[in-house]
Amino acid sequence: MRRSLTVTAKVFRLALVCLVIGVLGCETKPSAPQRGDASWPESFGFGRVATPDEIALLDTDVSPSGRGLPPGSGSFSEGKSLYAEKCSRCHGPNGFEGPYNKLVHHSSGKDEKTIGNYWPHATTVFDYINRTMPYDAPGSLTPDEVYSITLFLLAKNNLVDSTIILDASNLAKVHMPAKNKYVADDREETSAVR
Amino acid sequence: MWLTIAKKLQLSVNMRRINRRTLLGGAATAAAVLVQTSFGKVLQKGVSAKEVAVANAARKLGPPPFESGTRSPHEKLLLKTSDTSSRTPLQDLYGTITPSDFHFQRHHSGVPEIDPEKYSLTIHGMVEKPMVFSLRDLKRFPAVSRIMFIECSGNYRGNKEELSPQDICGLTSQSEWTGVKLSTLLREVGVDSRSTWCLAEGGDAALMTRSIPVKKLFDDALIAYAQNGEAIRPEQGYPARLVLPGWEGNTSVKWLRRLEFSDEPFMTREETSKYTEEIADGKIRQFSFVIDARSIITYPAYPYSVEKGWIEIRGLAWSGRGKVVEVEVSTDAGKSWVRAELNGPILDKAHTSFRHVWKWDGNATEIYSRVTDNTGYVQPTLKQLVDVRGGNRGYYFNPITGWQIKSDGKVLFSAGNEK
Repeated sequence: MRRSLTVTAKVFRLALVCLVIGVLGCETKPSAPQRGDASWPESFGFGRVATPDEIALLDTDVSPSGRGLPPGSGSFSEGKSLYAEKCSRCHGPNGFEGPYNKLVHHSSGKDEKTIGNYWPHATTVFDYINRTMPYDAPGSLTPDEVYSITLFLLAKNNLVDSTIILDASNLAKVHMPAKNKYVADDREETSAVR
Repeated sequence: MWLTIAKKLQLSVNMRRINRRTLLGGAATAAAVLVQTSFGKVLQKGVSAKEVAVANAARKLGPPPFESGTRSPHEKLLLKTSDTSSRTPLQDLYGTITPSDFHFQRHHSGVPEIDPEKYSLTIHGMVEKPMVFSLRDLKRFPAVSRIMFIECSGNYRGNKEELSPQDICGLTSQSEWTGVKLSTLLREVGVDSRSTWCLAEGGDAALMTRSIPVKKLFDDALIAYAQNGEAIRPEQGYPARLVLPGWEGNTSVKWLRRLEFSDEPFMTREETSKYTEEIADGKIRQFSFVIDARSIITYPAYPYSVEKGWIEIRGLAWSGRGKVVEVEVSTDAGKSWVRAELNGPILDKAHTSFRHVWKWDGNATEIYSRVTDNTGYVQPTLKQLVDVRGGNRGYYFNPITGWQIKSDGKVLFSAGNEK
């Protein structure tokens, strides 16, 4: 009985000390802990600098201005035979028969979104074929081959004359009739349905 | 309390007496149990050997603990696949987190196999210091976790009555994504203040690319390497992907290998030929990113039937613009609406579950749900959407939908009462 009283007294004293410290702590107001990235170093130093060579290996994209187009050129006749060999089984002998995406605008397919009636930039045709096609062998085409197939498809859509030689100097200049249909998204300007 | 203990002691004494008596009672009784009568009197009841055998039949020794958990063979969850995608079984899930293996899938050239030791993310273009980050580097940066949905913007089907939630809008799923905020990485490379667009490129066979406004990358973009507590699954972008909260799934580029900062969009195939939508006056809307508010009742839903009586209507609601503030439910084909209960926490740009208890009288009716988000946007009817877009359907199609409840309890898809 005596022992347990002593323990109680000790606990009481400890609680009192804690209370005093707590009150003092409130009064001294320790500086607020730093939030978020205020305590971060200017740089963590993780990662390394990319060399121009390794960037060049990855950086194959082509912009609407033509930036990124590689040296090389293509002809309609080259494009025609390459298309027949590598593309026609998915896109049809003339580019509008399918079974997969229709590429060539044709009077029989009014609702189809083709390069001729829907794509706003000719550079996208080059970029996409170059990075993704043929579907089962992406990356296997040379720049000359990509230029040739691009020319074939642009000519089949009556966007260029089939006798030209397509290269970095003229691809970005091809007029795409669908371009002026494109508008920016404005849905977030309002809570109304758009 | 003392009374309770005394009662227990008395019972224990009784039981000992009873057991001795039972043993004397013959072979037909194999054990004794205590049963309480409706008047609160405890009686002993003999149990036959046959009954004991039946009760113990399920007590076969099970396997010891093992290294990876399993799903009960009685649960038959499946994604529904097509040539290009597979859809989350929304009608068979609970709560708001999608199990990682049932997250919807949409790939453009299949799922690549990427060695995490060889993985790298290169950031270059209009930056002070072009850099390469290994997976290990990414994981050393301060990490964040965030629960949010990812939805494909082409996520509406309504061509027939026999459609489940999985068929209608199974291209939306929710996970807790963990990774490094892209803004943290961008401190390291120093983005040129004149840069307005950035190309995000995946490491799949298609090298799929999208142009993203730089502002979004600084606002809340995440380079995620984990999903629901484990490494991202291959189908979801292993070992690292971009996650853009509230934006169409295609922009959250999986298997992310490169970010190139520029002062113009790149006009890739996925932001011109695809992921653009025809609207009124022959126009084509481009760079539409934000998922509009949407809801769907996931129970009751086709292919399941209901019985007359109490039914808890359950569903999911979400908005890429922000938080869900209200879900209304109609049980009389849109004539009147009542406020459903939301199950918290209600997170920003996240699937939020709702419920409404309803007593079905057995008469045929239609039930719908309609969400309002914190921008005041109210989920539209199908007619409103089609009218405002000049008769076009396509991406960002988020109409009010619901279910026809037939008098026999059959549940069929309904696209609303304004055809």
